[in-house]
Amino acid sequence: MAHFDKAMPFSNKWMDQRLAVNTLQRVLSTEYWIPKNINFLWAMGMILAATFGILVVSGIFLLMYYVPDASNAAAFDSVNYTIMSEVGYGWFWRHIHGVGASLVFLIIYIHMFTGIYYGSYKRGRELIWLSGMGLFIVFSAEAFSGYMLPWGQMSYWAGMVITNLFEGATPDVLGGALNFPHFVEWLRGDYVPGQAFLGRFFMLHVLLMPLVIMGLIVLHFGTLRIPHVNNQDGEEIDFEESAALWKAGRKKEAKVIPFKPVFLSKDVFVMGVYFILFFYLVFYHFEFAMDPVNFDPADPLKTPTHIYPEWYFLWSYEILRPFSKNVGLIWFAFAQGILMALPFLDRSPNVAPANRRGLFGIWFWLLLIDMITLTIMGKLPPTDPTFAMIGKVAAITFISLWVVLPFITMIEKPVGGKK
Amino acid sequence: MSDRRQFITGAGLAAFTGLGALGVLYGAKRTWDMLPSVKAAGFTTIDVSAAQENVLVTEMWRGKPIFILKLAKDAKPASAPNGNDANAYDDKRLLEIDGSKYLVVIGLCTHLGCIPAYYGDENKFKCACHGGEFSASGEVLKSPPPSPLVIPPFKIDGTKLVLGEQGPEYKKLVADGIVA
Repeated sequence: MAHFDKAMPFSNKWMDQRLAVNTLQRVLSTEYWIPKNINFLWAMGMILAATFGILVVSGIFLLMYYVPDASNAAAFDSVNYTIMSEVGYGWFWRHIHGVGASLVFLIIYIHMFTGIYYGSYKRGRELIWLSGMGLFIVFSAEAFSGYMLPWGQMSYWAGMVITNLFEGATPDVLGGALNFPHFVEWLRGDYVPGQAFLGRFFMLHVLLMPLVIMGLIVLHFGTLRIPHVNNQDGEEIDFEESAALWKAGRKKEAKVIPFKPVFLSKDVFVMGVYFILFFYLVFYHFEFAMDPVNFDPADPLKTPTHIYPEWYFLWSYEILRPFSKNVGLIWFAFAQGILMALPFLDRSPNVAPANRRGLFGIWFWLLLIDMITLTIMGKLPPTDPTFAMIGKVAAITFISLWVVLPFITMIEKPVGGKK
Repeated sequence: MSDRRQFITGAGLAAFTGLGALGVLYGAKRTWDMLPSVKAAGFTTIDVSAAQENVLVTEMWRGKPIFILKLAKDAKPASAPNGNDANAYDDKRLLEIDGSKYLVVIGLCTHLGCIPAYYGDENKFKCACHGGEFSASGEVLKSPPPSPLVIPPFKIDGTKLVLGEQGPEYKKLVADGIVA
């Protein structure tokens, strides 16, 4: 057995002997080094972690009154009647949960585009990108399953349309080898979304997906540990040398700062600004996260005239919609998978901001503008031919951008000024 | 431990845990299967004797709307943008029940699943979502729908229609290639 010195119970020494709290603190925060050369965009990760925490807490309160019962609009009433008008401050948790779900995607997109812009997905950082994309996918599943729970018209019909995607290609392709109507019924546990469907999506939303998210967050942090976070110039920093300078008191010469307390103080400031926006939306503009169509209870005999997903799925929806069923499915699957491959499609060894990388800089801004265009077009009804055409062009542009990426990065010149 | 013993122990352990994992996977799959009660509720009997000519009746089967339309002798669509202006009364897709002809289809547009409305004076279905049109026999008159309205499995029993069961008339439609 290990040797224990006498110490006051629960004092620092006592705790350290039993739980190595000082080592933990040192390894995880006070000697976890962050470059000095960063900006507010580097705070998005902690903002995401904090928003996820808020979603968990508000979700716990909603869970106490929510009833996953598809009959007689019971689930619908438990949200729109019980939680909204009977439970004290029930509206508060619901608006936090709805606004938080929307903002978490806004921040995820900013976080992703920051990574793309600064090249923070290569030269040792590939796993950061991959685990991050894993989080994006699981967050998408979490958002979709949560959207089913109020069991309104949009929940029901979104559930119908999205599960229908798993039917695969139409039966005339390859003699029906890629057509799986029974898989769709199995997924729903019914011929249409019903009690079995609501029950299993409830389970996914409140237990399985959050568990997977928590696991992936730990992995995401873990992948960051050895390569460290990138910096504004993509500079390769000798972290050990710089850390030694900091610890020796030569803080001006060091290129790094410790996570706690220095980086965290910057983080907390950005978080403060973010939470002003967050709670402004929660209290004054929660309606942007509450689709009016979903305030009608689910009705299998009546389709809403225009079905569209929440804003954060619109870009991929618009890659599905302009094409015929089979072609649309192929491009939809392409769009979901291709972002994952970014570290391997970018053939240039340069880790530098996009604006110093020639063609890649143009590629980056085109991708951003194109995804915003897709998002706007995805919201509009498909009946207007002009907008439908713009959507189609934007979808083809998205696909083309990813096809040309390996070629434009292969001919990219090495970026000078590497320190 | 010798290599051989290590190998046998490892392989044995792997085989047993693998077997267990397969069992659990199968159990998990079966838990997601459709419940017997849901399957049993998948049959609906409808008496069509009270139906009136050219008046659409909507019933529900397996949670989906079912259109039942007793056709008039002249059910020619008022217009047909894709040129398919045949009299719907002569369509082979119709079911003959007690001497009258009926359209029996799932009332979901084959494009994206919206529910079309029936316009009796024009003898056609129109979908409000994306502008698709169907004749009174469910044939496409105007895209985007890629295929006719879907005929559900049925069995004719006098003036009654049992949905969910495959009767000889349904099997004949399948054999004739009218139902996929």
